[in-house]
Amino acid sequence: MEESCQYQASFTNDTANLARIRAFVREKAEGMGFGPEELDKIELAVDEACANVIEHAYPPEAAGTPKCQQLHLCLKLEFGKFTVIITDHGETFDPSVIQPPDMSEYLAQYRVGGLGIYLMRSLMDEVDYHIQPGIKNEVRMVKFLVPEPSES
Amino acid sequence: MKTFKQSVETEGNITFIRVEGYIDAHTAPELEKVLQEMIVGGRYKVVLDFQQMEYISSAGLGVLMGAISTFRENQGDMKLVNLPSKVYKVFDLLGFSKLFEIFDNRQDAVAAFQEA
Repeated sequence: MEESCQYQASFTNDTANLARIRAFVREKAEGMGFGPEELDKIELAVDEACANVIEHAYPPEAAGTPKCQQLHLCLKLEFGKFTVIITDHGETFDPSVIQPPDMSEYLAQYRVGGLGIYLMRSLMDEVDYHIQPGIKNEVRMVKFLVPEPSES
Repeated sequence: MKTFKQSVETEGNITFIRVEGYIDAHTAPELEKVLQEMIVGGRYKVVLDFQQMEYISSAGLGVLMGAISTFRENQGDMKLVNLPSKVYKVFDLLGFSKLFEIFDNRQDAVAAFQEA
């Protein structure tokens, strides 16, 4: 099913693009009415999702090859529901095997890495993966637009 | 858009690293490199000044985590100062604010090293 995106963009799988991805999503989400606190959360969640794609979906040895080297972002706002859909055509993985870390244990053992999906789930209202092996990987993240209290 | 810059200065056995810009999966290796240089040089007492830092992702946290354990194993530490609210919130969300000693300014961080 084709998505009807209000905004969309494609980026090559290069970590140098993460800053551009953050700026793109932040600008569009701000235009949709999100305040600074929520923008910070959306920005970080999208960064984590895209960094995961760049790091895991496309192996480094594939860099520079023409096939499937992009990740695609689709943004839409419908009835106060802001959805970010990130699609790639890289290696498939099973998100169901990734369990949330026990943060007490994680910190006590000075562990490194493995916090991306946990952060995404902590920052967004909904995070769902739709994996079609050999076809595409897609993560959908939702943030509901709730008016922030005014400063006065 | 600012990217990433760092500057290093030393005072006695304490090293101050001022970080500017953002630490994401792209720039984290640069911070990792300078922290590795501290470890190789046996400089285990480090103050990271984040006053000019705009953003950190889990890639940046991973670099800090990788270094602090080595510092502490060698009777040192990594203390953080001047965290902007946006950056502090990421630390706090994950509980890193309990693991890292965070101060409002350099003087307090230095005093904590001297008391240790």
